[in-house]
Amino acid sequence: MLRMILRRLLLGAVTVGLVSLIIFTAVEVLPGDACTALLKQDAQGQRLTNCRQELGLERSATLRYFDWASSALTGDLGFSAHSTKRISELVADRLKNSLLLGIMALAVGLPLAFLAGILAALQRDKWLDLVLSGLAIGAMTIPEFVSATMLILVFSGWLGWLPGIVLTPPSAPLHEFFPAIVLPVAALAMVMTAHILRTVRSSMIEVLDSDYVRMATLKGVPYRTMVWRHVLPNALLPAINVVALTVAWLLGGVVVIEMVFNYPGLGRLMISAISDRDLALVQAIALIVAAVYVLVNLLADLLTLVANPRLRTAARRLS
Amino acid sequence: MTSSMAPGNAQTSTWMLRLGQTLRAMASRPSGAIGLAIVLIHLLIALSSPWLVPFDYKAISSLLILSPPDAVHWWGTDHLGRDVFTRTLLGGREAILVTLIATPLAVAWGGFVGIYMGLVGGKLDDVLMRLVDAFLALPWILKMLLMIATFGTGLGVLIPTLAFFYGIPVIRIARAAAHNVVARDFVLAARARGHGRLSTIGRELLPNVLDALLVEGAMRWSWMLLAFSSLSFLGFGVSPPTPDWGLMVADSRTFLAIAPWSGLYPIAALSSLIIGINLTADALAKTLGVDRAQKAPI
Amino acid sequence: MDKHTVLSFRDLSIGFVSRAGQLLPVLRNIDLQIQRGETVGLVGESGSGKSTLALAAMGYLKAGLQVTGGSVHFGTHDMFGLSRSALEFVRGGKVALVPQNAGQSLTPTLRVGSQILEAVALHSDLPPVEYERRVMALLRQVRMPDPQAMASRYPHELSGGQQQRVAIAMALAGEPDVLLLDEPTTGLDVTTQAHILALLRDINRETQTAMVYVSHDLGAIARVCDRVVVLYAGEMVLAGSARQVLLSPAHPYARGLLNSIPRLSQSSLPEALPGRQPLPGDVGDGCSFVERCALAQPSCRSGRPALQFLPDGAVTRCLFHDRSGEMALTRPARTTALRVGAGATDALSLNQVAISYAQATVMQQLLGRRPDVPHTVADITFSVGAGQTMGLVGESGSGKSSILKALAGLNPPIAGRMSMGADQSLAPHVDQRPPDHLRRVQLIFQNPDDSLNPRHTVAQILAQPLRLYFGLTGEALYQRSIQLLERVRMGAHYLDRLPSQMSGGEKQRVAIARAFAAEPDIVLCDEVTSALDVSVQAAVLDLLNDLKRDKGTTYLFVSHDLAVVRVLADSVAVLYQGRLCEIGPAAEVYAAPFHPYTEVLLGAVLEPVPDKSPILLAEDIVELAPPAEGCAFQRRCPKKVAAICETTAPPWQLSASGHGICCHIARDQLIPATRDAGQHD
Repeated sequence: MLRMILRRLLLGAVTVGLVSLIIFTAVEVLPGDACTALLKQDAQGQRLTNCRQELGLERSATLRYFDWASSALTGDLGFSAHSTKRISELVADRLKNSLLLGIMALAVGLPLAFLAGILAALQRDKWLDLVLSGLAIGAMTIPEFVSATMLILVFSGWLGWLPGIVLTPPSAPLHEFFPAIVLPVAALAMVMTAHILRTVRSSMIEVLDSDYVRMATLKGVPYRTMVWRHVLPNALLPAINVVALTVAWLLGGVVVIEMVFNYPGLGRLMISAISDRDLALVQAIALIVAAVYVLVNLLADLLTLVANPRLRTAARRLS
Repeated sequence: MTSSMAPGNAQTSTWMLRLGQTLRAMASRPSGAIGLAIVLIHLLIALSSPWLVPFDYKAISSLLILSPPDAVHWWGTDHLGRDVFTRTLLGGREAILVTLIATPLAVAWGGFVGIYMGLVGGKLDDVLMRLVDAFLALPWILKMLLMIATFGTGLGVLIPTLAFFYGIPVIRIARAAAHNVVARDFVLAARARGHGRLSTIGRELLPNVLDALLVEGAMRWSWMLLAFSSLSFLGFGVSPPTPDWGLMVADSRTFLAIAPWSGLYPIAALSSLIIGINLTADALAKTLGVDRAQKAPI
Repeated sequence: MDKHTVLSFRDLSIGFVSRAGQLLPVLRNIDLQIQRGETVGLVGESGSGKSTLALAAMGYLKAGLQVTGGSVHFGTHDMFGLSRSALEFVRGGKVALVPQNAGQSLTPTLRVGSQILEAVALHSDLPPVEYERRVMALLRQVRMPDPQAMASRYPHELSGGQQQRVAIAMALAGEPDVLLLDEPTTGLDVTTQAHILALLRDINRETQTAMVYVSHDLGAIARVCDRVVVLYAGEMVLAGSARQVLLSPAHPYARGLLNSIPRLSQSSLPEALPGRQPLPGDVGDGCSFVERCALAQPSCRSGRPALQFLPDGAVTRCLFHDRSGEMALTRPARTTALRVGAGATDALSLNQVAISYAQATVMQQLLGRRPDVPHTVADITFSVGAGQTMGLVGESGSGKSSILKALAGLNPPIAGRMSMGADQSLAPHVDQRPPDHLRRVQLIFQNPDDSLNPRHTVAQILAQPLRLYFGLTGEALYQRSIQLLERVRMGAHYLDRLPSQMSGGEKQRVAIARAFAAEPDIVLCDEVTSALDVSVQAAVLDLLNDLKRDKGTTYLFVSHDLAVVRVLADSVAVLYQGRLCEIGPAAEVYAAPFHPYTEVLLGAVLEPVPDKSPILLAEDIVELAPPAEGCAFQRRCPKKVAAICETTAPPWQLSASGHGICCHIARDQLIPATRDAGQHD
């Protein structure tokens, strides 16, 4: 068992390493470098050469990569060319804000999605299922910027209950983000919930149609017991993976939401970093995002390992 | 019965027969009928709108800023006085053009690589899957924006970029579908007869994997539209004054409370197309008997 | 109502509404009473409605089915009129089901012990403290070794036989009045099956639990059941005691079915039953069997025959039942293939072939070493004469399919040599073989659903080898395809059919046609009849025999069914855990002296003859891998002599006729003491 966990961890680390390599290479390919971004119009001649020497841009790509990677491991992500602040400071605030958004969306969306998905499956093809599935499909297909915009229109423009734009500064303590954070969380949760609902529903239906659930029914197991003991554990297992995938998607979806609501999170920082050609910042953010994704997947993997008897016994036999 | 029954002819006629049967079966379902209708209407409009629209999409008028819908401007005007009806009808052209070209490309290249990996397996397959996972670890928007920052936003960039990035999840799906088929005896039988790998892919695997790929292709199209319009919304897609739904929504944001028409119509247009595609894909999946995994877009 | 009747089907009819809106019947007018303590067999082929009937006894219908008439009563309760809580009380408690595929019917996330405990908690009157003990008692009752350890395992950790025992234990938990068994031994090895059937018989005797045993396997039914009911196209066509139905059946379908089953005692070809069972809705006005019946008269088509009650107690739906004696039950000996003389050249030979599925770990790969486990298949040496058929028999894990795949080039052996004809070496992998070799060796698979591409028409399927090996196109290709179809007794109109539009038997014939399209020297048959209905198997065997006689093809015929192999094979090789145990001319292998494993296999064969019990000899344990040293059969052999069986590989004892037994025990001591009447040559 321990060996399987260690293997997963190793694999995760390797993936993060691979990602960092991809990011670094991608940024290398872009025309211009940190110095041209820093100096902008003055990026020429002697000033350029001096700058490059100062920042060590003359060294080979491999050397620079290792330098960057090793300092990243210790938490030093370099300097932002645009604002000449330490990247780690810039990012820390934004990361906390984005995490707040994401975690709240998860806290609201996940239980709702599971509950709705289970109910929809148990009431398959009846009106409750049709309504829930219909809503889910609607939420899934409409782009986030559309649903976010609609939410602003309805709750901020017409009803005036909630602010449509977040004006809180990035470094503010968390509690100051309420109530402005309600709409962004709702927008983010909508799409996420829809995906998970659909997956949970189809997983439940597959289990409800299985031979072993039929056997339990024919064994005289009462309906409620059957759902709790025989159906749910088997249906929710595969859902773990989808939750991980959805979290990964969240990391992308949060960008659009942050833009729409002007929320001071990591996503908006990334957009401005790309617009400003602040390459060091772009690299840093991409790395963090990737690391979070890998971590979430790792957790999902481990959870599946623990919950799935087949994998657990295989692990026991191996170790 | 003459040699019209000979194998070669039988192949093409069964293909066309299947196409007709599939379309008819899809149309017989309510979701399929509605979906197909919506998609067809959108395609027709996109094709013919330049000749249908009453106004010039670029025509600015400082007098008519944000005027509500009336007899002249059926859907009102936007913050620059441009006719919303005209711009909405034209707004889908770029998006549909780009995504309709990029989607088959994505499915083709992702499908081929996925099927090949599914057949071959082994070390190459392991390595490739690790790369695919690592690649999918990055949020889609970051990858898009990097490409755009490097190469600009012309169609020549957007189409290959979208095709490349959206082909990668197709690799996963094609590989999984191929796995289901590869284990079956008729593939073994073909290998035992001495057919080479490529011919096995083309002759044995592809016809069986095609269904899953078609459904995936339909879904890919809708994700791509979503991505394209999101990019436009953020300002990284189409450049003004070209009409585009995403761009229109972005422009209308500040004035939404007082002039909802400037945003609602493009929203309705975009949403209806995406829902139409989804309904079609759903009906296609049910008709072909494909089990759709609910995956998030990359 | 008779107080001895536990289950009563009264004029039960079940049907479903087709897509076209028609009501199609699945079961028609079933009248059946099950008495306390009796065992009744429901016999039918796939599509006869037998599973539906068994499930209906629990008030359960698959989605889409509805009761169109009649009822099912357990005691005084109408099963389809019970409330939910009443149903939950009866199901599992008074009427319990032993499902077909136990592995898929046990919840994967619960330990088997807790699943049995659930049944105990629901249906027994015991106080909770007694539950554990009852679970252990049940596991012991079903002869599960090491109940404590087994109870804490998950379903996927058990073998097929163990899973089935758990299912039986679960069903017995509530001390039911009736046990419904839906093909409970399908998919199990022959030796395991014999154990389970004996267990069921014992349970019936000990507890007087009535049993309804649903199966297509007449041999299994003969083993367990006192009474037999035969179903055809959803209706009862014959009922009576086991002796009556199996030895002197009063209905032509039952006679035809019994005639089409290969038997160990007869080496001739069984008589095939032409045609196939009608689908729901395809039955005309008259008797459902009239299209296939050898005794059919015009009056058989005029109206549905009613059930006739015969003086000896049997019930039949045939108007001419007294004539069914005209259809002989024992068939005249038919010659099989032309026997080529002993001096002919070998068409195929294997020398010390070994195959291994063991995977090297990363460390071993780096060091260039192989894993140190015994090979999955080892020391395979035999040859087959031209035009001869060699049968490879064995159970799961015997390696027989692996050998076929190795010969086909799909599974390269790690040692040994394979050659064709006059010493032409067969390359281990398909990619290394010249086109001529590829053509001369053809493989036919077990499952016709899998071996034909569902997207290709028959024309396309046949075109592939014709194009590949002979370059035929256009008109020549078309004509040749039609010829091939005619050779397998199918009309030219099959050319544009897809596999989904054909029956199992038809698909298998197309697979055979595809193999013969290449005009091969050697045809490898991998359990080609195992997935087919009983009455269709005989037709396929007949076809294979015909083709062999025509073309002089050499067959290597793999099967787990010893009776089927007996029909076709000239020589037989018996395999256990990838090693040869016995090999030689068929007549000699099937007669004494036997290798202990051969004796076990033969003893476990189920003949559709009541009162003849199989002789159980082998230990009922699961083998995961062959032993590292000594005889492959050492752990299960009932005749194991001494430690020598564990340490030294046994020698081959050959007779002059080429009959070899690989055993430490001398030949003359390998003749069993008692011999059953049916097992002579």
